[in-house]
Amino acid sequence: MNRIKTTFDELSSNDSKALITYIVAGDPDLDTTLNIMNCMVEEGVDIIEIGIPFSDPMAEGVSIQKGHERALLSKISIRDALDLVSKFRASNKATPIVFMGYMNTFESMGVKEFCQAAACQGVDGFLIVDMPPEESAEFSTEAENNGIDVIRLIAPTTDISRVKEICDLSSGYIYYISVKGITGSNNLDSEDVKQKVKLLSGETDLPIAIGFGIKDSDSALSVKDLADGIVAGSVFVDLIGEGGDTITKIAKKTKELFIAIKQ
Amino acid sequence: MSEKTLPDNKGRFGVYGGRYVAETLVPALDELYEQYKIIKKDKKFLSEFHKDLKDYVGRPSPLYFAKRWTEILGGAQVYLKREDLNHTGAHKINNTVGQILLAKHMGKKRIIAETGAGQHGVASATVAARHGLDCVVYMGEEDIKRQSLNVFRMKLLGAEVVGVNSGTRTLKDAMNEAMRDWVTNVDDTYYIIGSVAGPHPYPEIVRDFNAVVGKEVIEQSINQIGKNPDVLVACVGGGSNALGLFYPFINSEEVKLIGVEAGGLGLSTGKHAAPLNDGKEGVLHGMRTYLMQDDAGQILETHSVSAGLDYPGVGPEHAWLKDTGRAEYVVADDDEALEAFKEVTKVEGIMPALETAHALAFVRKLAPTMENKKTIVVNVSGRGDKDINTVASIEGIEL
Repeated sequence: MNRIKTTFDELSSNDSKALITYIVAGDPDLDTTLNIMNCMVEEGVDIIEIGIPFSDPMAEGVSIQKGHERALLSKISIRDALDLVSKFRASNKATPIVFMGYMNTFESMGVKEFCQAAACQGVDGFLIVDMPPEESAEFSTEAENNGIDVIRLIAPTTDISRVKEICDLSSGYIYYISVKGITGSNNLDSEDVKQKVKLLSGETDLPIAIGFGIKDSDSALSVKDLADGIVAGSVFVDLIGEGGDTITKIAKKTKELFIAIKQ
Repeated sequence: MSEKTLPDNKGRFGVYGGRYVAETLVPALDELYEQYKIIKKDKKFLSEFHKDLKDYVGRPSPLYFAKRWTEILGGAQVYLKREDLNHTGAHKINNTVGQILLAKHMGKKRIIAETGAGQHGVASATVAARHGLDCVVYMGEEDIKRQSLNVFRMKLLGAEVVGVNSGTRTLKDAMNEAMRDWVTNVDDTYYIIGSVAGPHPYPEIVRDFNAVVGKEVIEQSINQIGKNPDVLVACVGGGSNALGLFYPFINSEEVKLIGVEAGGLGLSTGKHAAPLNDGKEGVLHGMRTYLMQDDAGQILETHSVSAGLDYPGVGPEHAWLKDTGRAEYVVADDDEALEAFKEVTKVEGIMPALETAHALAFVRKLAPTMENKKTIVVNVSGRGDKDINTVASIEGIEL
């Protein structure tokens, strides 16, 4: 059984929510990323999304843009990200890993070759930001052939007929974008999210994760009861950008979010 | 064989084009396409658009026979399609005049645009001023430096010019930033894309609004030459002036279509902006097309003396025209463009934009190889005033 489903099943049987975190592969270097991943797992993170650095990350706010730029200073590629997962898997067989990024890097190795390699190294899901259902036929087929989930985005602007269509094509979990905007936005409106997620959960049996705009215990608390998990990214990438004792800072922030959604 | 009926309903030109955007924008693009399909058949809209092209832009633009230059080149007869004479000084206004009417029809209150050389930014700021809409223009810091005249023009027109500091700080980064703005303010904001690029339906909309150029050339050629021209030449960055000229001729197979990309310091140096000549297929800015990229799929920094051609991608219809062989794509480098700029200025008294100078540079090579009964029409996409500082600084002159 795949790791994403196992993780959500276990959480659900304990009546608990998923804490999902996002960092960029190789920001600022691959060793640090690996250490951060292990630290996050230790502090209770359930699923890790690994951002694949891209020169033109159109959906990202300034924080994550800078993370991509830092990783690209040492030319971190999707192949490097695969190596990173392979190293992570040497000591962790349980925590699901999702690759998140942009079509052009995901295609760079060839779709078939990449999906095979990703499955082989232990990647569990893909979330390709600029791949709406209309453009996803080839990737979906190859991902499915290799047992990798295709996580899709649903936005506040998505209407109900499209919600159905997207849910039918999704696997793993549904990523609900909580704000109209880019990652790290500040205008999280939990009332609006509540309405939309309610609508959404009527259309799918898949777990729903809420992301964009969650950065501390208050924002996590405001949406945690609405869905099956929350995603926090920009806040971690900011901490990495600050430098200093990154691991300690990441551990502290992870703990804050863990406490907010699990207790 | 080429068809004039593309794109299909998914916005594809063969494998190119499409709509590679974050989910938040998909409904906005759907709405845009629905509204566009309605207004492009709406008599009231069409009459307003054509009235604006005539009375505000100053169309039709002349098809001018470059007599002295033709004699110097000693071959084919060279005609210049004078888009430089349009209001605001370039072909870019054709598209913005159309899109601002679409924006108003859709009830949008705020206009955003990206710009490279500043011509599209000026054209957007101009129509926003005329219709009383707020306008924000995103422009790379690098371009702000080399196009200070246009930056000031936009500000005078009441637009806010936002400098973009990310990435290579040029046109592609300005487009990223405009997309980020749009995704955040999608309810009240209309994004006027300035080239035949971006997600469906932009390549189609921008092409259609620029196609007035080619349509006029068909009529003017019959009157002035007595037949269609033999060759059409235009510079290609994103490719809107080229497609505006080419599109009405796509089914006239006897007319050869040649797009000229920016060769920068030369194709072999890698420092250029010629994805159709030296790039490969990929996905950027919502479209599948030819891109300048490395093996890891990272978009490469481009180089061109002209800010308007300094873009690592190209409109998807050009990618398709290249693959089908209907159009041919060549390069002219910085030096060749500068020589053509000077020659046409001196010989014809017409100072072209540095973008246009790339097309003229290729005509300099092509015309002497053709018989003198053949004709070339080259699109003078814009005027060169904005480039004076660039040219002066290359000459080591401080103005």
